[in-house]
Amino acid sequence: MERALSILYFVVLLNATLAGASDSSKPDGHGSDSSGGHNSHDSGHGEGHSPDGLQIVSFKWHHVEAPYIIAVWILVASLAKIVFHMSHKVTNVVPESALLIFLGLLLGGVVWGADHSASFTLTPTIFFFYLLPPIVLDAGYFMPNRLFFGNLGTILMYAVIGTVWNAALTGLSLYGVFLTGIMGPLQAGLLDFLLFGSLIAAVDPVAVLAVFEEVHVNDVLFIIVFGESLLNDAVTVVLYNVFDSFVAIGGENVTGVDCVKGIVSFFVVSIGGTLIGIIFALLLSFVTRFTKHVRIIEPGFVFIISYLSYLTSEMLSLSAILAITFAGVCCQKYVNANINEQSVTTVRYTMKMLASGSETIVFMFLGISAVDPNIWTWNTAFILLTLVFISVYRVIGVVIQTWLLNRYRMVQLEIIDQVVMSYGGLRGAVAFALVALLDPEKVKERNLFVSTTIIVVYFTVIFQGLTIKPLVSWLKVKRSEHRDPLLNEKLHGRAFDHILSAIEDISGQIGHNYMRDKWAKFERRFLSKLLMRRSAQKSRDQILNVFHELNIKDAISYVAEGERRGSLAFIRSASTDQLVNVDFSTQRPSIVDASVSALLRGNPSSVCLDMQAIEEKRKSVRDKEDTLSHHVLQQYLYKPRHQTRHKYSRHAITPNTEDNKQEKEIFRRTMKKRLESFKSTKLGVNYSKKSIKNYKKDSGRCKKKKKSVALLNGRISWGIDNPTFISDENVMVRPAIPPWLSNEDTVVPSQRARVQIPWSPNNFRRLTPLRLSTRSVDSFQMADGPVPEHPRMTLPEGTHL
Amino acid sequence: MGATGSAVSRVPGADEIQKETGFSSAHIYRLYDRFQVLDKDDNGVLSRRDLQSIGELAVNPLGDRIIDAFFPNGVETIDFRSFVRILAHFRPTEENRQREPNASEPLNSRNSKLKFAFQLYDQDKDGKISRAELLQVLRMMVGVEVTDEQLESIADRTIQEADLDGDGTISFEEFKKSLEKVNIEQKMSIRFLR
Repeated sequence: MERALSILYFVVLLNATLAGASDSSKPDGHGSDSSGGHNSHDSGHGEGHSPDGLQIVSFKWHHVEAPYIIAVWILVASLAKIVFHMSHKVTNVVPESALLIFLGLLLGGVVWGADHSASFTLTPTIFFFYLLPPIVLDAGYFMPNRLFFGNLGTILMYAVIGTVWNAALTGLSLYGVFLTGIMGPLQAGLLDFLLFGSLIAAVDPVAVLAVFEEVHVNDVLFIIVFGESLLNDAVTVVLYNVFDSFVAIGGENVTGVDCVKGIVSFFVVSIGGTLIGIIFALLLSFVTRFTKHVRIIEPGFVFIISYLSYLTSEMLSLSAILAITFAGVCCQKYVNANINEQSVTTVRYTMKMLASGSETIVFMFLGISAVDPNIWTWNTAFILLTLVFISVYRVIGVVIQTWLLNRYRMVQLEIIDQVVMSYGGLRGAVAFALVALLDPEKVKERNLFVSTTIIVVYFTVIFQGLTIKPLVSWLKVKRSEHRDPLLNEKLHGRAFDHILSAIEDISGQIGHNYMRDKWAKFERRFLSKLLMRRSAQKSRDQILNVFHELNIKDAISYVAEGERRGSLAFIRSASTDQLVNVDFSTQRPSIVDASVSALLRGNPSSVCLDMQAIEEKRKSVRDKEDTLSHHVLQQYLYKPRHQTRHKYSRHAITPNTEDNKQEKEIFRRTMKKRLESFKSTKLGVNYSKKSIKNYKKDSGRCKKKKKSVALLNGRISWGIDNPTFISDENVMVRPAIPPWLSNEDTVVPSQRARVQIPWSPNNFRRLTPLRLSTRSVDSFQMADGPVPEHPRMTLPEGTHL
Repeated sequence: MGATGSAVSRVPGADEIQKETGFSSAHIYRLYDRFQVLDKDDNGVLSRRDLQSIGELAVNPLGDRIIDAFFPNGVETIDFRSFVRILAHFRPTEENRQREPNASEPLNSRNSKLKFAFQLYDQDKDGKISRAELLQVLRMMVGVEVTDEQLESIADRTIQEADLDGDGTISFEEFKKSLEKVNIEQKMSIRFLR
């Protein structure tokens, strides 16, 4: 805590000096510059006659002023984050955005105190050009596409109709109340109120993300709210511009034609923005196809081209947020397929860093900008009513739309979802930036609007952000029994989750099949050919097929070898004690030493270190062993897909690696089991000619399939001397021993199998289902030697088709 | 899908399937579509390999067991009817449905769902989950860091909790009893199969 406080002092001090320095150096900056220049000029000429002589060190503040201030603010924001995360208790309750706003208020006060003028505010230019694009790009790039497009109808409905509803009603009701005179004399007309309504109605992506990350709602709900916050930008932009120009023209001159033009412009803006995003995404994917030799700067392309899409759209007065969102959404698949492993990691980390940093700065400046008495205008009725109206209309809007949508949706949205949706409709920096853009000449009540917006933003971010988590857990707890689950229930419950995921996968996403299949076909035939590197295309989802192919080939080669040797000399080693085939049939006495000390001896990392919890549980009915069993299950049970699926996170990338670890383990096990069961069923001790016939049928089918799959570059060869099976340019150097077989010697893989069984990919998320790396310099590579010699074997004619 | 009327007639045995499983004709059509997508070699039956080629199943701990459930009694291939019959277990349960007293239990009742899950555990089909079988399932569902002793202790505790007649195995009735508080209807239903 002392460290936190000292950092805080330092930060505050820094700000005060900055404020003072920038202010004091302003008037005489110019003078010192010229005198300094004069000085050196003089001394350059000859023996400087100036009184100071040659200055060894000079304080050239002006030289570095602008970048220095920027850098210091970024530093302050980042230091603030460190300080906040030092205390877990605080961050659990208060969302980070709220903390940042408080800090901003504090710093704003300091600046104000030192300077008596608001030197630093969140100007719309900085916000829209530098701070918002990284956040939105990050959102688009990591968007779970399947979920997003699966719920696109719902998202669009909420984004478009919901926002229009909110804007219209809020503006009209405020106008209505104004007419009754409660608000006192305001120089505003209907159009001003509508303008205000349009900019305060929009749900803000930055705020939503910041808060929802703490709340952990289910996938569908998250994507709906998040998608809505991104896509309503088009509506906001249109409404804002339309009303802004109406206000400029003057209320009386607005004609019906203008209204129609407004509606048309909505479609133009939204579709145009989306198209621009898609065009740039295609461009980006195409470019990354050829960056094999410039791998170091590969990540740069992603950022530059996406940013250009934002700027282009802004230039054409289309929806820039939509453009950059769709640029991210559309390019993810191809970029991830094309660029190499390290570049993917670089892109991810950089994007997260930029987005997280921008978000921090945005919230902090939201706090700072509030400390500016020049803009403060207080009108109780207006502010209170705005708060009331936006909340009420949001709730009503959500309920009505959900009721409508539930009649067409497969997965229904329940009451708790609706509560979260209405409560989670946060306003944020976008509203503030838009209101700061207002021209005080045209909109006389600009200051009132600004103050109200600030208060609304603070209210939603701080109050709603603080209370949404308790609200959600209260609601959820209310619906389910609160009871300690039994071991059985935990275990079987988890098993059910897995079963359910599997059945879902088998039965497919019924309902959207037609469109999705059509799109998948189109995409595979044209887009992937154009945008993905040839190597990535080939490896795309061949891994399981390949594995099976190899199984068949290996099986045949085994048969051949067995026939050659006259017996099936396949060794099942005595150490059958491996992962799956553990022989548990013998009853071991259950004097299992499940004590904590045993665990500690064996595997320190697996002990649940929450000894306090264990101690507390001791007082309850269970005994120590029971508790440990619960703990072990809790920690180590594999998570079902629903839980591991795309947890969108602004501040962390690590969840993915844990998922990867789990998936890798399961994948290895499954493949090993399949391989062994395949071998054992086909090559069992009671092997007969019949099984060879099965092979023939099987391999015949496989052969046909291989023709279409074109695995071997058109060459179909059963020969073992074919070390490469997927490559166009590179020869793959395969690991000498496949990973999951390396510890056991139960099944002796054929030479070729050893060479060619694909290494389980490190990264399962990038392509569906899996990707095979063809890069010899990747981290995939394990072997450090050349491909081992294959014994030349001739297959008996019988198995060769 | 306005054309479902004529399309369903393409599905072999659609009427019996509908009666047996309770799926609507729209659903049967879509499942048939999916069946055809999965059936890579277009011979009207699914083999193990077709199901194994679904990538997500390879990273599901119980994936292979579930595939085995589709091929009972060692058959090599299944037709559409058997495919749908198994998926019918996962339809959401209908409450308070009128049932003729002689009709067999619907496929998606709570009992049937539990029986399906029970069969996943009980590999040797003796109607009981033995300690060994439970350990196998546990091993599949748990990370590699867990040692065998820990697993055995967990298995022992689990059996202890559920075993009412003290024979050291879990019968189907005991299985059902241990899960009576769990909302099976929700946990084992896929909503879009309604």
